[in-house]
Amino acid sequence: MSDVVVAGVGMTAWGKWGRRFVEYGVEAATEALADAGLDWPDVQFVAAGETVRNGYAGYVAASSIAQALGWSGAQLATAYGACASGTMAIDIARARILAGLCDVALVVGADTTPKGFLAPNAGDRPSDPDWLRFRLLGAANPVYFAFMARRRMDLYGATQEDFAAVKVKNSRHGRANPRARYRREVTVEEVLASPVVSDPLHLLDICATSDGGAALVLVSEAKARQLAGASPAVRLRGVASITPRYPNTVLELPNISADSSLVVAPPPRGYMDSIADAAYEQAGIGPDDIDVAEVYDLATAIELDWYEHLGFCAPGGAEKLLRDGETALGGRIPVNPSGGLACFGEAVPAQAIAQVGEITWQLQGRATGRQVSRARTGLTANKGLFGHGSAVVLST
Amino acid sequence: MRTRVPALGAEGWFTEDGGPALVGGRCATCGTVTFPAVTYFCANPGCGGREFTRARLGPTGTVWSYTDLRYQPPPPFVPATAPYTPFALLAVEVDDCGLVVIGQAVAGVGVDDLRVGASVELVIDTLFSDDDHDYTIWKWRPSERAR
Repeated sequence: MSDVVVAGVGMTAWGKWGRRFVEYGVEAATEALADAGLDWPDVQFVAAGETVRNGYAGYVAASSIAQALGWSGAQLATAYGACASGTMAIDIARARILAGLCDVALVVGADTTPKGFLAPNAGDRPSDPDWLRFRLLGAANPVYFAFMARRRMDLYGATQEDFAAVKVKNSRHGRANPRARYRREVTVEEVLASPVVSDPLHLLDICATSDGGAALVLVSEAKARQLAGASPAVRLRGVASITPRYPNTVLELPNISADSSLVVAPPPRGYMDSIADAAYEQAGIGPDDIDVAEVYDLATAIELDWYEHLGFCAPGGAEKLLRDGETALGGRIPVNPSGGLACFGEAVPAQAIAQVGEITWQLQGRATGRQVSRARTGLTANKGLFGHGSAVVLST
Repeated sequence: MRTRVPALGAEGWFTEDGGPALVGGRCATCGTVTFPAVTYFCANPGCGGREFTRARLGPTGTVWSYTDLRYQPPPPFVPATAPYTPFALLAVEVDDCGLVVIGQAVAGVGVDDLRVGASVELVIDTLFSDDDHDYTIWKWRPSERAR
């Protein structure tokens, strides 16, 4: 199968800037187009992650950004996959290029986020699982992260200092990233001194919400040869945008119950394992081939879960991998060299696109101040509520 | 005198008849169990069943994980007390049904009282109250404290 090439990357600085989401999308898109050496009218297809409020579709995305850039008659699609929306948009654009329906696609995600907990919109909706988990249980998002963190503590001996060390590592990585919102190194003591939100997680263990935009220009191999830009071509080798397999016996946001294993045995590889498995299989590679990864650190402890599910170490081995410095810059498998959500905060439909943008820069040797040396192959991993798995494998 | 009614959205999800238990659904074709009850299409992708019976679940289980909510959750959560009092949430492997179900801990139980693998049992308790009603919900209570 021929590959799809990332011809251009664009990204705003993350923060709370008070602008409209469309402006962030336009800023990212124009940077990506300039990076690719293309003009907006060259774009045949626009795929956007849907801009959302509180887990729900609130605004259109692809057409809003296309209108802001000047309506050009491009074909378009808007994808909603919660935190995985960006990967879904990438997947759609890639499929259209591989199908021969277009040669140049623009993928955009942009959002503005409210302060504080994400929560459902107002009004009684007792048939809605997202409403029910707040109303009946008070189970805001950090609860689900805290469940996984507590299991790591009781099963593997993880400590709150380990979780804080993830924040310390990522805050150190993000210091030199001009797009990061937080660019100050945080200490373990500061994390542990911050208020407990959902035990064992402190405020500084949990990512902030941010405004931001990210964009990619994806092109066919034929178009990439025409463009022949200054940077090495980075190829999309695998894109997973997948559901769990029944029975998914680990609690999935926003559900209040997992699937039953009474009649059907759980699959040998659980949901979080299967997300990267799907992208590895498409790429024909495995975890040993990965030089750098951007993973979804909504909370510090989740990053440790990812190390295991992505195959960087065996179950229960994540704390040692972290403590040994293997996932820091200079280690065997640097994770979140961008600074991750710890430094960016979350802008839901942009984040998965930003992850792919960072890996592209890493593979092109353009990640100044946070560059992973000799990175040839990279991975992104992410998961959106309602069962949206997301992983992308890229290589030069 | 306030009357006890199930909290909005949880009607039919639990019972006190014959002792406290959750009420899920059981597929008449393959026997798979769901909570809350699925009643229109079996969750097992290899089944396709559309007939279901009620399944009594619990009241005992094992702690899968747990947390304390130190910050007041946002609406539509309704705090039981003013000012807000932190409470624990548990994810529990419910005995004999292969399900993990979240529930609040009864008042006074915090993370120091809990451990993955500990035994718990289900009680029907008040979620919050207004002038006319106590709105009820299932909660989990460590078994040792129950006796």
